[in-house]
Amino acid sequence: MTSRRVWPALGTVFAVILVLIPLYWMLISSFTPDARLFGAPALVPRALVLDHYRALFGGRGFWTPIRNSLIVAGATTVLSVVLGALCAYSLARLPFRGRGAVLAFVLAVSMFPQISIVPPLYLVLRGLRLINTYPGLVLPYLTFAMPLTIWLLVGFFRQLPVELEQAASMDGAGRLRTLWEIVLPLAWPGLATTAILTFLYCWNEFLFALSFTLGPERYTVPVAIALFRGQYQVPWGEILAAAVVATAPVAAIVLVAQRRIVASLTAGAVVG
Amino acid sequence: MASIALEHISKIHPNGQVALQNLDLAVADGELLVLVGPSGSGKSTVLRLIAGLDAPTSGRILIDGKDVTAVPPQRRDLAMVFQSYALYPHKSVRDNLAFGLKVRRTNPAEIRARVERVAAVLGIGPLLDRKPAQLSGGQRQRVALGRAIVREPAAFLLDEPLSNLDPVLRVDMRTELGLLHRSLGATMVHVTHDQEEAMTLGTRVGVLRDGRLEQQGAPLDLFERPASVFVATFFGSPAMNIWPCQSARTASGTRWVCPGLALDLQSIGISTSGEDRVVLGVRPHDLTLAPPGDADGVGRVEVLEPLGATTVVHVRLDGASERAARVVVPGHAPVALDDNVGIRIRRDRVHLFDERTGLAVRPS
Amino acid sequence: MTRTMKNDARVGWAFAFPALAAIVLVAVFPIVWTGWESLHLDDLRMPWLGRRFVGFDNYEEALSSARFWSAMAHAAVFTIVAVAIELVGGLVLALMMDRVSRGRGLIRTAVLLPWAMPTVVVALLWRFMFESPAGVVNGALARAGVVPPTWFADATAAWVPLILADVWKMTPFVAVLLLAGLQNIDRSLYDAARIDGAGWIRQLMEITLPLLKPALLVAFIFRALDAFRVFDLIYVMTAGGPGTATEPIALYTFSRLLQTLRFGFGSALSVIVFTVSFVFALMCISFLGRGALVERAS
Repeated sequence: MTSRRVWPALGTVFAVILVLIPLYWMLISSFTPDARLFGAPALVPRALVLDHYRALFGGRGFWTPIRNSLIVAGATTVLSVVLGALCAYSLARLPFRGRGAVLAFVLAVSMFPQISIVPPLYLVLRGLRLINTYPGLVLPYLTFAMPLTIWLLVGFFRQLPVELEQAASMDGAGRLRTLWEIVLPLAWPGLATTAILTFLYCWNEFLFALSFTLGPERYTVPVAIALFRGQYQVPWGEILAAAVVATAPVAAIVLVAQRRIVASLTAGAVVG
Repeated sequence: MASIALEHISKIHPNGQVALQNLDLAVADGELLVLVGPSGSGKSTVLRLIAGLDAPTSGRILIDGKDVTAVPPQRRDLAMVFQSYALYPHKSVRDNLAFGLKVRRTNPAEIRARVERVAAVLGIGPLLDRKPAQLSGGQRQRVALGRAIVREPAAFLLDEPLSNLDPVLRVDMRTELGLLHRSLGATMVHVTHDQEEAMTLGTRVGVLRDGRLEQQGAPLDLFERPASVFVATFFGSPAMNIWPCQSARTASGTRWVCPGLALDLQSIGISTSGEDRVVLGVRPHDLTLAPPGDADGVGRVEVLEPLGATTVVHVRLDGASERAARVVVPGHAPVALDDNVGIRIRRDRVHLFDERTGLAVRPS
Repeated sequence: MTRTMKNDARVGWAFAFPALAAIVLVAVFPIVWTGWESLHLDDLRMPWLGRRFVGFDNYEEALSSARFWSAMAHAAVFTIVAVAIELVGGLVLALMMDRVSRGRGLIRTAVLLPWAMPTVVVALLWRFMFESPAGVVNGALARAGVVPPTWFADATAAWVPLILADVWKMTPFVAVLLLAGLQNIDRSLYDAARIDGAGWIRQLMEITLPLLKPALLVAFIFRALDAFRVFDLIYVMTAGGPGTATEPIALYTFSRLLQTLRFGFGSALSVIVFTVSFVFALMCISFLGRGALVERAS
């Protein structure tokens, strides 16, 4: 009887360790001086230094990409959650013809391969002189952020009991008031989770950021890390330090919101 | 208070399912109409149409003589109590009660006064600052009622408001609802699937079945003069006994034959010219136990259900092996299982129904 | 119709309009434009050639290019191998996690981290682990007496860190999805099976897998679509190398577009990628049954 419990538990622990080892390695290596970086790996490191981090923020000015990522991800999240909530509410509750088609359309758009829309977006952005600007990234980001927020929020709104809104309309409240006073207060956990997931996707995005920015002053974090160049060799120490810095906010978010993230991903949408 | 009328209402769902067919219904000012019927009969649909939460496919809805068919629910001045109560979970009881008044821009002093008054009447004063999640089922039900009352609407719509309560509470609340109706003098449409609730609450009852109004009238009317087999078996517990009878030509003339009964319907004035069919119905309260030699039907006692004041006796009649007759006798009557007994029918309490349509026929 | 219904329809479209307009603007127009552009000659490095309408020339060139077919093959192989491992591994992990009742929160956090990390970081991390001669991987192999290949210089060996990185990142995510499906299965079915004498393998085959089919299918579709379009991981880890040995179709398209600036040709490649993904998605959806998705839509 106990073996039924032991094997899964052991297996899970083993899997978790497998998952965490590379992360641990990344963390340790970011504090390991250059000389030892390519030496024999030790589970417990002998010396820890802050060299790489200092170089990262001092020499490379890593604050810039961080600032860029925050601005772009933040703006995209706010825009897509606001517009998406409005759209999702109407798709979830307001009975207009073509609702199913709109939802299918939104789902279909999320399946566009990003690479396929890079050329036209590039030319349009170039025409509007938005290459290498913040709006020049937020707009393309909407292509995946909007379908994501709509899909997730439709799921959340549907979970609310419809009778609450019916009671509100019997009480005399119109659509907008019902949305504002009844639905949104009850849906805010869903809104928060949607915002978190959207922010996460934007923070991690690479292809658009690579295609639509030209120089280090507008690079986002993933692009900046990928394009690190060393004078003589690949600066692994700084790259790993940057990796840790890039992962830290993500880890914090996941730690805080893991239950909600899982719930919304499995109930609402599965977008990659 | 207002009157409500539905004229030639039909409701057909987009998938082709017919919810209501050509329904005509009138609720007088100050009346408590109970709509009763099995699930799927359309009674909740009627309520939603009156409320404006759904639109009819054809027909008109009138409130106080005015056509409101195209008016949205916000402006119909009706209050609805939902089966699940639909209390706003993030608002306090006080805010739940006040919401409708706030929307209508009533001045705050008036809102406070009304809320306090209604809370006092319903006994929920001490709960005003709690949230719905902290209330019991019965308390939530009162708050739902309060939310409707505080708005002083033209009429009340109640969608199975007692169904979610436990049986004891349900009976108590039933009485309270009746008292409330009288004190408010309000027009109320109450929907339920419980026939006991319908009988005790309504000044008038409408029976819905498959989207049609089968019969409407005072509760006792429906009980004593049911218009169809369905209504007859719906009301009254235990349900009415039903026998399908046939008349046949014999050498000595025409005779009625009912399975298990040695009763010739002609003796109670039901004539026939031969080859007729009719459905005979007698309520368990209108049957008595009699000595086997002097009875309309004979059989074996199969089941005894002692309820205290009365006992329901199931008699498996000879010659009618698929049906048992239910007889209600006083609780202390000397009956035992497997007794061989006879049943006697009260001649003046016999119901007859057309075999094909199920509608009541009068003895000719 | 009541005024409510007509009003609701109007309000509905009004609410939905801003979002839909944004989507149409930034997604639909570009896609249509790409299709149109793919029928033209458009080389931004040689603007004097103009932008001639060339019909399907770009497509012909693509379909007759060896490098194109290699790129498609690379994407396909990567998809098949990675997704297969992720589905099986994810299922095993989910089955194990289902039985564990304590520490669920910590396990979920640990398991979600790889998925939540930027792919760029994952790629660099795994490159680092495979690069150094005495590093995690190579050191361990050496101690086991195996001579490790120079991973990133070998056309076949380079796939190993790529696939492992993708598996590391996505298997836990697949597990989380499947776990939700597992937890939706009524426990009493297993009790009934045990009373009937079924062992755990039987229970797995007769109860778990059949009831998990929808979740498995959904996980499969989304992973397969994503894996076929893989870009970030390979660009950062091997840049398609050595040479073009690990270049998937998305990377090839990108190089034609933004490195050689042949927009007409690149657009044709984009359309091909889009079409293949779309057809695949349609096939899967009709296989999964329109029921599941339509149910969501209504």
